[in-house]
Amino acid sequence: MNQNVTCPVCDAVFEVAENVELNELLTCPDCGSELEVVNLKPLEVAEAPQEEEDWGE
Amino acid sequence: MRIGFLHSLIRKDEKLLIDEFRKRADAELVPVDDRKITFTLGNDKFDFDVVLERCINHSRALHALMLFESSGIRCINNSQVALTCGDKLLTSRALVQHGVPQPQVKVAFTETSALQAIEEMGYPVVIKPAVGSWGRLIAKINDRDAAEALLEHKKVLGSYHHSIFYIQKYVEKNGRDIRSFVVGDDCIAAIYRSSEHWITNTARGGEATKCEVTDEIRDISLKAAHAVGGGIVAIDIFETENGLLVNEVNYTMEFKNSIDTTGVNIPAHIVDYVIKTAREAQ
Repeated sequence: MNQNVTCPVCDAVFEVAENVELNELLTCPDCGSELEVVNLKPLEVAEAPQEEEDWGE
Repeated sequence: MRIGFLHSLIRKDEKLLIDEFRKRADAELVPVDDRKITFTLGNDKFDFDVVLERCINHSRALHALMLFESSGIRCINNSQVALTCGDKLLTSRALVQHGVPQPQVKVAFTETSALQAIEEMGYPVVIKPAVGSWGRLIAKINDRDAAEALLEHKKVLGSYHHSIFYIQKYVEKNGRDIRSFVVGDDCIAAIYRSSEHWITNTARGGEATKCEVTDEIRDISLKAAHAVGGGIVAIDIFETENGLLVNEVNYTMEFKNSIDTTGVNIPAHIVDYVIKTAREAQ
């Protein structure tokens, strides 16, 4: 069953798919912030890490 | 079999891989978050048949791979591939050693010698950080004024590794380049990346369309993959009047925009390769 979660940046509540993974990168549909799933039960998200110089392929 | 899945953030690419692994009854995927793992040198024992590296940070990926390998774990890609592909200078050196065509490259270590190298090469040139991705901090230099300004800025504002000046002859690519995907001994797919901007990375807005894997593309892709040590790599290729040139080789390839475009189930190919490698390691 899909779950709701609150964006820690803008407080918007949005729906997250049932098969969400721990550490999955999500985008808040309201403010566009990148969020990371930091806990599954209960579902919690936090702001995702900022891009670093050695990020990439 | 137990497969260590080395990661940090789970992006769409990693999610596609996880979903594919879960379809395989004989594969147990064990997440390993690079932000949480610690190593005890000389005493590490890991219960994995193989580790698949999907980190976002190059430096973490490289060092974690080295340490997993030190404890006897086979890794995909291996640390030598990560070392070579993570540094454009080392990639170019490997391509030269294996006779794989690439744009002309010069390297210098000071502002003065870099300017001299650029003038010898002739404008326009492209300066790239030796370590970096997604088209960040790469600069096309059209004349001496721009060269002097950019070199000074890199010297003053950049960290020490920005003083390793990797200078590549600019190749006119008419708005597109090719990215091919190599898994083991097979070039499984390719896309064109098109943009009105001279930087065509899809991370920078380049549009992906299907590219047929011709014999020429397959040949240069496999040679480039072999040059850096093989495994699972993505090759960036320029089309020129004198044939194809390899621009870069990527070792933690991103493919989410290329599955529908090519019609090739890229994560399934990757998972097949990982499981085959794990079986060999058992």
